[in-house]
Amino acid sequence: MLTNFLSYGVDMQIPDSLLMLIPLLPFVSSLILIFVNPPKKIVTLLGVGSVGCAALIALLFNISLWGQTDYVIKAGFGNWMTIDKLVINFDFYLDALSLVMISIITGVGFFIHLYSTGFMDEDTDYRRYFAYLNMFVSAMLVLVLADNMLLLYLGWEGVGLCSYLLIGFWYKNRDNNMAANKAFLMTRIGDTGMAIGLFLLFYQLGTLNIQDMQTQAVAVWAPGSDLQGNSMATLCCLLLLAGAVGKSAQLPLQNWLPDAMAGPTPVSALIHAATMVTAGVYLIARNTQLFQLSPDAMFVVALVGTCTLLLAATAAMVQNDVKRILAYSTISQIGYMFLALGVGAGSVAVFHLMTHAFFKALLFLSAGALIYSVHHEHNIFKMGGLLKKLPVVAASFAVGCAALASLPFTSGFFSKESILEKIVDSGHTELWWAAVIGAFITAFYSGRLFFVVFLGKMQQEPNHTPTKTMHIALLVLIVPSIFAWMQPQGLIALMPGLPSKGLSDLQHWLPIFTPIAALMLAFGLYRANFFGSELKSPALQSIHQLLKSGWGFDFIYHHLFVLPFKWLCHINRNDIIDLFYRRLEDTARLMHGFVTGFQNGRLRSYSASLVLFCVLAISWVVLK
Amino acid sequence: MILLSLLLIPLIGGIVAWYSERFNPDYPRWVALASLILCWVPVLPYFSAFTLEQMPQWLVDEPMRWIPRLNITAHLAMDGLSFLLVILTLAMGLVALSSAWTEIKKRTGFFYLNLLWTLAGVMGVFLAMDLFLFFVFWEVMLVPMYLLIAIWGYENRQYAAFKFFMFTQAGGLLMLLSLAGLVILHYQQTHILSFDYTVLVQNPITGDLAYWIAVGFTVAFIVKLPALPFHSWLPDAHTQAPTAASVILAAVLLKTGGYGLIRFVLPLFPDAAKAIAPLMMTIAGVGVVYGAMMAFVQKDLKRLIAYSSVSHMGFVLLGCFAMNIYALQGAVMQMLAHGISTSALFVLVGMIQYRFKTRDLDKLGGLWQQVPRLSAIGLFFGVASLGMPGLGNFVAEFLVLVGSFEKYPWYTVVAASGLILGAIYSLIIIYKTFFGPRGDSVQTSEVKGAAEVTDTSNREATTLLVMVVILVYMGVHPQPFMDMVQSNLLQTIAKGLL
Repeated sequence: MLTNFLSYGVDMQIPDSLLMLIPLLPFVSSLILIFVNPPKKIVTLLGVGSVGCAALIALLFNISLWGQTDYVIKAGFGNWMTIDKLVINFDFYLDALSLVMISIITGVGFFIHLYSTGFMDEDTDYRRYFAYLNMFVSAMLVLVLADNMLLLYLGWEGVGLCSYLLIGFWYKNRDNNMAANKAFLMTRIGDTGMAIGLFLLFYQLGTLNIQDMQTQAVAVWAPGSDLQGNSMATLCCLLLLAGAVGKSAQLPLQNWLPDAMAGPTPVSALIHAATMVTAGVYLIARNTQLFQLSPDAMFVVALVGTCTLLLAATAAMVQNDVKRILAYSTISQIGYMFLALGVGAGSVAVFHLMTHAFFKALLFLSAGALIYSVHHEHNIFKMGGLLKKLPVVAASFAVGCAALASLPFTSGFFSKESILEKIVDSGHTELWWAAVIGAFITAFYSGRLFFVVFLGKMQQEPNHTPTKTMHIALLVLIVPSIFAWMQPQGLIALMPGLPSKGLSDLQHWLPIFTPIAALMLAFGLYRANFFGSELKSPALQSIHQLLKSGWGFDFIYHHLFVLPFKWLCHINRNDIIDLFYRRLEDTARLMHGFVTGFQNGRLRSYSASLVLFCVLAISWVVLK
Repeated sequence: MILLSLLLIPLIGGIVAWYSERFNPDYPRWVALASLILCWVPVLPYFSAFTLEQMPQWLVDEPMRWIPRLNITAHLAMDGLSFLLVILTLAMGLVALSSAWTEIKKRTGFFYLNLLWTLAGVMGVFLAMDLFLFFVFWEVMLVPMYLLIAIWGYENRQYAAFKFFMFTQAGGLLMLLSLAGLVILHYQQTHILSFDYTVLVQNPITGDLAYWIAVGFTVAFIVKLPALPFHSWLPDAHTQAPTAASVILAAVLLKTGGYGLIRFVLPLFPDAAKAIAPLMMTIAGVGVVYGAMMAFVQKDLKRLIAYSSVSHMGFVLLGCFAMNIYALQGAVMQMLAHGISTSALFVLVGMIQYRFKTRDLDKLGGLWQQVPRLSAIGLFFGVASLGMPGLGNFVAEFLVLVGSFEKYPWYTVVAASGLILGAIYSLIIIYKTFFGPRGDSVQTSEVKGAAEVTDTSNREATTLLVMVVILVYMGVHPQPFMDMVQSNLLQTIAKGLL
């Protein structure tokens, strides 16, 4: 096959049908791993190789489409179902947006797979792990390549299922099972909203094909038409948003993600940082034209993003568990993406999605290496002084934290700056301030995390050193975490933003100095031994407690929804409707007893009842 | 004679199986297997219907004289809908046989007689196009099923069997009355005395009485479905029935209710159906939620799955009365997909009970450590029952919901919440049975050590894997199934719109 490609020469033209191989390769590999039990080497080869090949094909597409902005590639497996107006095909659609997505999924995915070979080496369920992980990659690719909403929904639920299976991968532990259930159910709530949105869209627009939907929506709900149309557009957008907030762990469905850290760390890197949780961002970016028809829905998106980014960032400040810090920071960074989407800057949102995928994957993988090295310890206050012992991990952690804090000349800096700039362009000054405050907090907790883990006195000696494959994955991911400075040009053509208004000096310089100031503050507090020390005032303690629980959402939902639901189900355990039939049964038995009472074999009572009957009958006749 | 032979093979096969027990208790199951395989011969040629451009009205039409004085005929006929359901019956008959293979040791001859006769009765229901004949088969499938539960069931089998019989018999009585009413009213209005479906369907009866007759039929069918508030026989019957009977009950017996609605109620009483649609949609919507909530709190695995059936069959009812093509297609798909996925779950419970001697969710757990193959298949069907896209159940539920959203958006929203609740009970099955640390019963069976617990045998694995394949096929390529019934359903809808 490779010679085939090469024969196309420098001006490479790739057959469109190659697109179908990208999701198919990991899918087939996953099926093989489910049904066959090959030796471990073959498992590795299949698991990593299939994603590697998919990444290569994605790379070929990148090369052949390099420099072009306006391109669309279509390929399909044929029809899924056709009834009347409902025509659903297994068709894939590649444009600038999906190209960025498949490059992230296969590229980052490949290195995470490679890393996993080291991380999961001693696990007895090595094969099952790769089967799930391959299945996930394939479902995620279907999600971003789907040309209609139903196929997207297939990928959408597929990634949810794989996420569930991988969170509960170590299935013997009840806590892991519960975390998996929670993740699945909370996202399912959003998904159901989204499904209802699909029904509504289907009847409003007469199609579920994504591109047709956009043109139809503009035709049906064009700005300036009657109010009814616009409120319908808002309703449709909000229902889609329900799906997006569920998958992307945004307010009010955000609290499954910190618990989802129960899964193996490479899974957290791939699913719960780089790819699946950004599916909501993709969904909204994919339906940009639809959302632009409803300014109200756009504002809700921006508001959800802003609230989530602040809420999650404040929660991240006080966590002890390294993975939970990263989980909250993921929620917060996706909040930035939603904010960008909400102010109509889809291309910038996807740019941040991309840089975030790099540096957050890097952070999670180095956190995994860290945990792997120090006796599976998650608490950052039981680590410390690991800079010299784990130099590669420390370096990649430093790069990841710098990018997360958006220090100048890292990838995160450029994407976050662009978001802030676009917020200014949209004229929402209050959201801009919230985003800057969020950036301050982000840099602060990134600093706290790095300083506490790597500086100071050594708490415990590392007992493992990360394997070579783990190191390779880390070192490779460092490169794009620093140097992904440019947003893909195709995105701008696809989602043109608002015209630039220009920034004032404050708006230009404040975001640049904010992270530096925050890091200095964090360092100062670290030197003063503030982190991890007991808080004096009870008021501060309770605030700390509130933040640590992620603003108490678990508690609220437990009492508001879970307990009443359980109570309602439990009081009706014996099925109240069945009770009616059982009473019917009792009545029949009672009557039976009553009537058989007469048949007692005593002549006396027979003759008595005979006389009684005669008297009654005669008197009835007479009196009548 | 093709359809008649389809009915006669299991009827005669059953008697032979019964008699063969005298020679060897192992013979009956082989006889049953042979007659079930033989049943495929008459239907095989009709698989070519999948490739037809235009479906004919009837694939086979066999009118025969029976009681000419009352113009009652033995009219058997098969169209796309009947064909799909007959295939389902035959396939699930084999599954039931496979699950009974080693489980049934007592009075094997009589068991297989009842099994085969139930299947014959169900196929008769799907093929009879004369209402009187339909009623006869409707009763024929009950008695052997009653015996299956009452003789080979679990602890509380007498009670469950009796309850099953009473509910369906009450429904049957209602149907008999409505049937007589229908024929008399039709005679008054058109002066044609006929029990023949094809005649009755041409001139749907009108008037107030027609409304009540339609209600009578509908109630008779939804008792079988079962829909709220007539569902409570199902959990008892399922829990107590032997695995094979549970399979047949879930896979095909419940489907006769949905079949009756689509075949008789909608085309024969288009006006009345429209009038009762809001009520039926309410029952369906509430039923979906209610069944799922009941499933959530069950401790007995079989009871849980039985309640999940109530929830799933709510979608069938929803689809039938939404009166549009998407929803009706969805209802048919749901009957097929639910038939396969739920009976697979019952087969799995049967295997678990056989190995660990319990169905109590609190005593199970951690099965993945001991029987990984069985658990993986269980995971698959658990996921299927929560409506994962790519499997038949999703196509069905999606179509039903899309269809009913057109006219009844709020009922649809209520029923759609069943997707969330469905996830809850499906995850409970997976969580409490296959994941987690080993449960009490799972541990003891290991400690005993005497009887080593084995993973799925080849027979069991093959049965289940075939069901996996069918369900996936229905999920990714449902078109052939839908084309089979498309023209019929369109005609039904056209009647309703007139």
